[in-house]
Amino acid sequence: MAGQPAIRTRALTKRYGEFTAVNNLDLEVSHGEIFGLLGPNGAGKTTTILMLLGLSEPSEGQAEVVGLDPARSPLEVKRRVGYLPDNVGFYASLTGRENLRYTARLNGLEREEGEARIEALLDQAGLSDAGDSRVDTYSRGMRQRLGIADTLVKEPDVIILDEPTVAIDPEGVAEVLTLIRSLARDRGVTLLLASHLLHQVQSVCDRVGIFVAGRMVAEGPMRELADRLAEGPVTIEVGVEGEAADIERVLGSVTGVDRMERDDRDARLWLVRADRDIREAIARALVSEGLALRQLRRSGDELDEIYRRYFQEGEAESGRSR
Amino acid sequence: MAGAASELAPTKPFPRPRRAGWRVVAAKELADHLLSVRFLVLLVLVGLAAAGSVYAAAGGIRDVAPQASETPALFLRLFTVAPEERVPSFLSMVGFLAPLLGIAFGFDAVNGERSQGTLPRLVSQPIHRDDVVNGKFAAGIIVIGMILVGLTVLVAGLGLLRLGIVPTAVEVWRLLLWLAVTVVYVSFWLGLATLCSVALRRAATSALVAIAAWLVLTLFAGLLLGLVTDAIAPVPEQPTADQIIRNARLEQQIGRLSPSILYEEATIALLNPEVRTIGFLLPQQIDRAVPGTLSLDQSLLLAWPQTVGLVALTILCFAGAYILFMRQEIRA
Repeated sequence: MAGQPAIRTRALTKRYGEFTAVNNLDLEVSHGEIFGLLGPNGAGKTTTILMLLGLSEPSEGQAEVVGLDPARSPLEVKRRVGYLPDNVGFYASLTGRENLRYTARLNGLEREEGEARIEALLDQAGLSDAGDSRVDTYSRGMRQRLGIADTLVKEPDVIILDEPTVAIDPEGVAEVLTLIRSLARDRGVTLLLASHLLHQVQSVCDRVGIFVAGRMVAEGPMRELADRLAEGPVTIEVGVEGEAADIERVLGSVTGVDRMERDDRDARLWLVRADRDIREAIARALVSEGLALRQLRRSGDELDEIYRRYFQEGEAESGRSR
Repeated sequence: MAGAASELAPTKPFPRPRRAGWRVVAAKELADHLLSVRFLVLLVLVGLAAAGSVYAAAGGIRDVAPQASETPALFLRLFTVAPEERVPSFLSMVGFLAPLLGIAFGFDAVNGERSQGTLPRLVSQPIHRDDVVNGKFAAGIIVIGMILVGLTVLVAGLGLLRLGIVPTAVEVWRLLLWLAVTVVYVSFWLGLATLCSVALRRAATSALVAIAAWLVLTLFAGLLLGLVTDAIAPVPEQPTADQIIRNARLEQQIGRLSPSILYEEATIALLNPEVRTIGFLLPQQIDRAVPGTLSLDQSLLLAWPQTVGLVALTILCFAGAYILFMRQEIRA
């Protein structure tokens, strides 16, 4: 597994006139890894993907996919990389099977081999019954699963999925994610997942990169990113029952607490601002005073918080650099 | 998967495409065309128009058959003669309607893929980007060829039955050459429609633009031509011969920019062996000329410049569509 990463970019940059869509991107995804490229809409995710596939020329820098330069040998790269575009489309008047058959032929597969693969893929995507119905009768979730099956027809080494869970219902999302997870496990392919829906994709990613305004602002396993945010002042939500005066006294006695206030909406909830994570000390103090502790949570631990803070940081940074 | 090995050689043997990408695209497009409603509608429309005009022409010729038996290339008259005042000849019927074939099979070639969202998926397959336009253009030409050949055979058969004249070998050759020029002519319209489909995002807009071009170049061409010519080379109340000749020359030259006029000139030369020159003649030039017919190679020579012009216009349109498509971003 050592050696060449499956995907590597060096100072990859794409400009459209004055606008820089992708700015000096350095990215490395190892073989067999699931990497989540997360960022808001318009961050340059799709532009990056198109450069990785050789469908768009980088203005500067280089990309390397499965050891090849997509700008120089696009055919070989496209032979080995499966791509599910954002908002994938199919020929509405053809059946799901016929759509996959076209892909198989474009990849130069022999008829029997192609048919066998298509059959297996439709089955894996849970579409064996719907395979012979026209695509315009499919739900969005079914289309998305057909799209994933479509990327697999060529038996790729790398799969790039652009917004695989957008605009489908929660059940559809679950099905798509299960499919993605089983793919990675069974086939050992490298997966690059671009999405703005952190919640949905973080559970399947080994590593994520947060991509804002053409720049990678943070990169690493999900947990690490959360820890990095935890450094510095935090807000702790304390749910506790008892006399307000008692609570205020006890909380105030804990070292590290800067200030506290009662939540407007929920009288039992106190928001404690501290210079670091002191949940343990708070719990000990409250319990030793005989107060009923109901809830203790560091706000900012939530994914949304991570996401929002990184996005804000990223935007502030790019705002400064402009 | 061995990561290190991928630097030197593929990790597994990849099947080379058995066929070139454009052929796969063309095969799929062809199947789509043949099963489409528009194919059926156009076949019926052009078929009825052509059959109707030939049927009527055959009736007209039969009535005067005794006197006409000396007419050279009588069989071809079927196609060139307007049977009645109000019924156009097969030739003008096809000349007028055939562009519709090209437009119908080309106007949504690329923007259709875009609006369906299939374009990114298609170009991310291991084919060159130009395979998409090449394949679509090839499929269009094949369908058009099939329709035109079928139609001509049908109409010739009908004429054969009604008229009872067997065409000579030369007449068959002339018909085949006419067919080839017609396919080129319709390919021009296919190229123009494909260009529209690349340049314009919406299929409806692209169809409208192509149809507008068709109407301008076929219906209003004569009108516009007259206006432009008279503006550049006016003919006064009492014109001199020079002024008239200058006006007529200019009209011919400008007119030859139009593919429909080129096509008209080429077909007349090919299907009518009595035509010895295209364009205007002075009375001195036909004075004491012995009426006769041209051999096939002479007629061909006459139609050659027009044919080359048509081919050039077709290539121009296709090249425009090709270059524009190659430079376009895949993302909408």
